[in-house]
Amino acid sequence: MTGDPLSRVFAALADPTRRDIVARLSIGDATVGHLAEPYGVSVQAVSKHLKVLEDAGLVSRSRDAQRRPCHLEAETFELMTKWIERYRLQAEERFGRLDAVLAAMDDQHTHHHHHHHHRGAAS
Amino acid sequence: MTPITTNETRIEADPDLPTVRIIRDFDAAAGRVYRAWTDPHLVAQWLGPKSTTTQIDTWDARTGGSYRYSTWCEGEQLASFYGSFHELRPDERLVQTFTYEGYPDGVCLETMTFEDLGDGRTRVTGLSVVDTMEARDMMIASGMEAGVVEGYQKLDGLLAEE
Repeated sequence: MTGDPLSRVFAALADPTRRDIVARLSIGDATVGHLAEPYGVSVQAVSKHLKVLEDAGLVSRSRDAQRRPCHLEAETFELMTKWIERYRLQAEERFGRLDAVLAAMDDQHTHHHHHHHHRGAAS
Repeated sequence: MTPITTNETRIEADPDLPTVRIIRDFDAAAGRVYRAWTDPHLVAQWLGPKSTTTQIDTWDARTGGSYRYSTWCEGEQLASFYGSFHELRPDERLVQTFTYEGYPDGVCLETMTFEDLGDGRTRVTGLSVVDTMEARDMMIASGMEAGVVEGYQKLDGLLAEE
């Protein structure tokens, strides 16, 4: 698994079962046994998924993993959401400038620009 | 034409594929939006992070052409980017490759689709495809990095006023 936290979170959530586990844990803590029930798979298989989520910092559980409930680390989950939001805001900011450029553009230009090419160094 | 500020940018980071989709509506006809995306003088006015200026070094906007631009802040060059214009389909579609010169092994394939929504409005959908999930995550994280840098620059400004 790759090093940086965001990559780990993304990788952990790349699996549909793990996304479902996260969705269920967002409602409340649950034991491994409970989590295994709807999938018709072994507790071991679910434990494996939980291990990936745990390594990504998305889920925490105590040493006695069979009994103790799994807990969603909401902060880690939000970390990813925040990073995407940051990226979105950047795009938003850029497109806000584009809005202004579009509003200032000369209407008459748009009628005959279609086959106009820009070549070479422009600066 | 009055700019409406309620057009929201939507970002979709696919959980299974190394892609990012950016969707945004504009209050302008497709021809106009397409031109703002392909005319270097217009591109330079909006592309690139806030508080930087974009200098277009090369811009040959035709199918098979290429481009290069750099971003500057206070007379210092921050980064350069280059790529090919894979396909230009006026008012409809623009396909480009994109490489950050600081990471020459990485290449992103970008497809912009300009969809006429009627009433002089256009939906632009940008699909960016890279080769690994890690590269995709880095692309998103770089937004964070730029944001932090900007934040520090603002802080510098505040501190300098003291």
